[in-house]
Amino acid sequence: MSQDPHTDEHRDDIGSRFGMWLFIFTELLLFAGLFITYSVFRYKNWQAFHLAAEELDVFIGALNTVLLLASSATIAMSITALQQKRKVLSLGLMGFTLLVGVIFLVNKYFEWSLKFEHGLYPGSETLVELGKGEVLFFGLYFFMTGLHALHIIAGLVFIGIVFNRIIKDKITHDNFVHLENAGLYWHLVDIIWIFLFPLFYLIT
Amino acid sequence: MSKNDEKQHIVPYRTFLLVLLALLAFTFISIGATSYNLGPVTVLIALLLATFKTILVLTYFMHLKWDVKMFGILVAAVLALIGVVIFITFLDYLFR
Repeated sequence: MSQDPHTDEHRDDIGSRFGMWLFIFTELLLFAGLFITYSVFRYKNWQAFHLAAEELDVFIGALNTVLLLASSATIAMSITALQQKRKVLSLGLMGFTLLVGVIFLVNKYFEWSLKFEHGLYPGSETLVELGKGEVLFFGLYFFMTGLHALHIIAGLVFIGIVFNRIIKDKITHDNFVHLENAGLYWHLVDIIWIFLFPLFYLIT
Repeated sequence: MSKNDEKQHIVPYRTFLLVLLALLAFTFISIGATSYNLGPVTVLIALLLATFKTILVLTYFMHLKWDVKMFGILVAAVLALIGVVIFITFLDYLFR
């Protein structure tokens, strides 16, 4: 154990989590800036935003919300499992998170494809004809959900690396700060979606 | 290393399950509430519910409840900063 004077561990778990939190703060400020941009444009073009928001499918948005919330719960549980030295259960819970993250992206792919089929994509003729408010709404929609999807991909890579390190016993029941940090990142992605979903899909 | 030895808090699965159920309940309430078009009230309800959900995720999933107190204070400070920026931005746009 780490009390053993012969093990010369150079670890600072609190420092490690602190670093992750600082990074999360920069991400929060990034998305907060985008949310403010969205709010101001919505305030100035409320009629166009109202009509454009009706185009979004609440069902697929709600489905993705449920999926992300569940995946956040399982990555949190995987820490509990690892602390209890239940490695296989921990990996299983992380595997569920990874699987659900991929399903989220597949749903996003179909959702975006449908918009493209309807001629709704940045710079499309249909959109330009609709007017300035619609251009702003769909510009922000694609940019913000796209940036969020990139964060999902980054989160999946992060969790994937941690998954691999748990298999190799590099991350264990008494040294799991990297799993905690991967979890923190995934929860951040979840929080961003918690705001994206009502702002784009629910409020019309 | 003493730094890493502070008593580990093992959060029971049950806690995470209950939080998940609460998050799902808030999600369905906000879907239900926004299906009635009440104008600004709808926006307020949706954002309030999203804020409750965020607090739940921060407190339980992100372990703030059991982690070093400083992290919680910093998170609150960052959220307050974002709140102030939103407030000032809208003061500008509403009264210009």
